[in-house]
Amino acid sequence: MPRPPSPSIPEKEFVHGALKQSLRVDGRAMLEMRTPTLTFGPELGWVECAMGKTRVLAQVDGKMVKPPPERPLEGMITIHSELSPMASNEYEPGRPSEEEVTLTRMLDKVLRRSDTVDKESLCVLAGQRVWHIRLTIHILSNSGNMVDCACLAGIVALKHFRRPEVEVVGDEVTIHHPSERAPVPLSMHHTPFCLTFAFFPDPSTPPLLDPSHLEETLSAGLLSVALNAQRELCVVQKAGGIPLAPDDVLKIMDIAVTKARELDKLVEARLEEDWKTRNVEVR
Amino acid sequence: MTTVLPGEQVPAQHVNLKLGPGLLQQTSVGGTPAVVSTRAGEVQHSANRNKWWIEGNSRRYAPAPQESVVGVVVSRSGENWRVDIGSAHMATLDGLAFEGATKRNRPNLKVGSLLYARVSLAHKDMEPELECFDAQTRKAEGFGELKGGFLVQCSLKMCRLLLDPHHFLFPLLGSRFPLESAIGMNGRVWISAKEPRQVIAIARCIEAVDPDGGGMDEAAVKKFLNTLDV
Repeated sequence: MPRPPSPSIPEKEFVHGALKQSLRVDGRAMLEMRTPTLTFGPELGWVECAMGKTRVLAQVDGKMVKPPPERPLEGMITIHSELSPMASNEYEPGRPSEEEVTLTRMLDKVLRRSDTVDKESLCVLAGQRVWHIRLTIHILSNSGNMVDCACLAGIVALKHFRRPEVEVVGDEVTIHHPSERAPVPLSMHHTPFCLTFAFFPDPSTPPLLDPSHLEETLSAGLLSVALNAQRELCVVQKAGGIPLAPDDVLKIMDIAVTKARELDKLVEARLEEDWKTRNVEVR
Repeated sequence: MTTVLPGEQVPAQHVNLKLGPGLLQQTSVGGTPAVVSTRAGEVQHSANRNKWWIEGNSRRYAPAPQESVVGVVVSRSGENWRVDIGSAHMATLDGLAFEGATKRNRPNLKVGSLLYARVSLAHKDMEPELECFDAQTRKAEGFGELKGGFLVQCSLKMCRLLLDPHHFLFPLLGSRFPLESAIGMNGRVWISAKEPRQVIAIARCIEAVDPDGGGMDEAAVKKFLNTLDV
């Protein structure tokens, strides 16, 4: 089915009425996020992030290529994400819907343009060989707030990935297989997390964090904020929707800072837990 | 019991054979009729082996005649309404298919209204058709527009369980607070209660008891309800 029918009138009225009393349909508090569950695959750089029923798979792959002549000293990072009908029966293959465009642009801004990965460290031989890191995002299921889930999966995959160690002697480049020398993590400047807030037409309804699918469809505006645990703001995206007062935006920033710190702790704990189960010898 | 996939032959033989959901009779090349399953699930039959059906679970609805469904009005095409019931095609509902409706006196439906209707015609090659009155008595009998309340989506097995009068969930919830519900065989349940908190509690209980989402039993639901403050 190409276009989903909009929510029915009883659903719309009920959700708006319940939100006025600060009651969410899935029983969460207004500013409560679904706790992300991170599953790591057998390969390094394969992560599945599940936030409630929204599931996203991220995979990182790296290969050596010749850099373009205008940037001979930097590596390249490309992000590929496509919404297939697997995510939801609203999406058609081949035709990018508005949500898909928002998702691609947000991933690009949060993971690439905010300089998360140090591109200069990806350079092996200036002008000849650089690493090309490819991040592929598959949306497995959309139950609201794909953008946050995809950004989280992407950033954890980049942190999880290890590239093979490279030795440069003069003009000769030797790539060591992971079984010979331990693979090396990507050098990252910071770890941004994306948080989406939804607003509703009634001005007395406070904003809510991490909207579900129904809440997203019935919202009057979405504000996505990406920041890291060091209180540095990376991306603010608000595409249309109802106007917001500056005070509201500042309040949201404060909430976002707290949530970003919590997410950072969670991600670090999970990564360490997973790293202990892997047997990578350092000789 | 044996689990079958769509397309497998089922050994259903009886003088008075009645095929239930998920089974189809096909004449094979030799001329002998063969019974083939159209869904994935377990083959079940009645004690005297004359009624056979497939018991399975899925979320996608395939319309069958005389089933009650909850639909959302999508658009109007002339005198008819196009209603989404979650099947592959939109269903058609005649504007006059209501109790006591005449050309001058029609129910006033809007795009986005919820309806409780009966599938009157369902063929795999045609769009399903709905009617908002009972087949025998031609009276409303609960069919028609559903006002207020909330819509919950669940798996098909869950709505069959909810329709079973011996299932525990609705009597348990009903003992705590009054509620109204309309259960559609297409995996949609309309629920209504006085307070939004009660409606949210019903919605969360339905999702918790759903075999897809965990399948809570009665004791666990009682504990869950105590935490919900209803």
